[in-house]
Amino acid sequence: MARNVSEVAAPESKGGAVQQTRGRTEAGMRAPVDIYEDGEGITLEADMPGVSRERLDVRVDGDTLLLEGNVQFELPKDAEAMYADVRSTVYRRSFVLSRELETSNIQATLKDGVLTVRIPKRAELRPRRIEVRTA
Amino acid sequence: MFGRLTSLQDSLLDEFWRLHQEMDEMLGDGLSSAGGIRSAPRGTFPAVNVIQTPAEVQVYLFAPGVDPKKLDVSVQRGLLTVSGERKIPVHDEATYYRQERFSGEFRRAISLGDDVDPDKVEAKYRDGILQIQVRRRESAKPRQIEIH
Repeated sequence: MARNVSEVAAPESKGGAVQQTRGRTEAGMRAPVDIYEDGEGITLEADMPGVSRERLDVRVDGDTLLLEGNVQFELPKDAEAMYADVRSTVYRRSFVLSRELETSNIQATLKDGVLTVRIPKRAELRPRRIEVRTA
Repeated sequence: MFGRLTSLQDSLLDEFWRLHQEMDEMLGDGLSSAGGIRSAPRGTFPAVNVIQTPAEVQVYLFAPGVDPKKLDVSVQRGLLTVSGERKIPVHDEATYYRQERFSGEFRRAISLGDDVDPDKVEAKYRDGILQIQVRRRESAKPRQIEIH
């Protein structure tokens, strides 16, 4: 079975999607995702802790789904770093969608740093249940 | 498009990066965490950042999709322990293409130093980040001594 969602290897550098910060390219962190498909469509869930609704961007550009979020967390003024697993403030991932998906009807919700994107299949391509009548 | 982060955050993250690189160079990766012998390997859920000021230590745990009521936070003898569970439901009828997100029980221990006050701990959960503020003991804070 062909995969309906395939990942774009490297983020494209158009529309300022790749930020240049002090000579270092901010490629963005790879948000871990779960992707699954049922009869109605595909669901993508991504961990993006620290991203609020205002700092989240879910976009479809042609056949590419782009997820981008900026982390914001409160820091005291005179703080110095002791340890850091997270060393970027940007999450970025993109996927190529296949044609049977209805890209105009994508729904996205964000709760507690988890982004859920629901991509429905075109109605005419959904599996239909055929009712069997008893004679 | 959305705006850039504040310059304070940028400079702090640069600081995180620089410090970590220095520690990596000095100790070799794997020994570079503040937790020392209790540190977790890279990629462990939840990710942790720790910052300090003369008055407090702040710990940020990147724990999205966790019910804050099910988190257990304790400070004992300068050691912060956070444990909890994130159970991601599996849809049996669905076909999975990727399962990268952590599911299950987790526990992380972070050494804060001897001068923190275990009675002055505050924790809040927002947008999937658990922020824990631990104050240092009054006597441990550096004091400015006036010269007459």
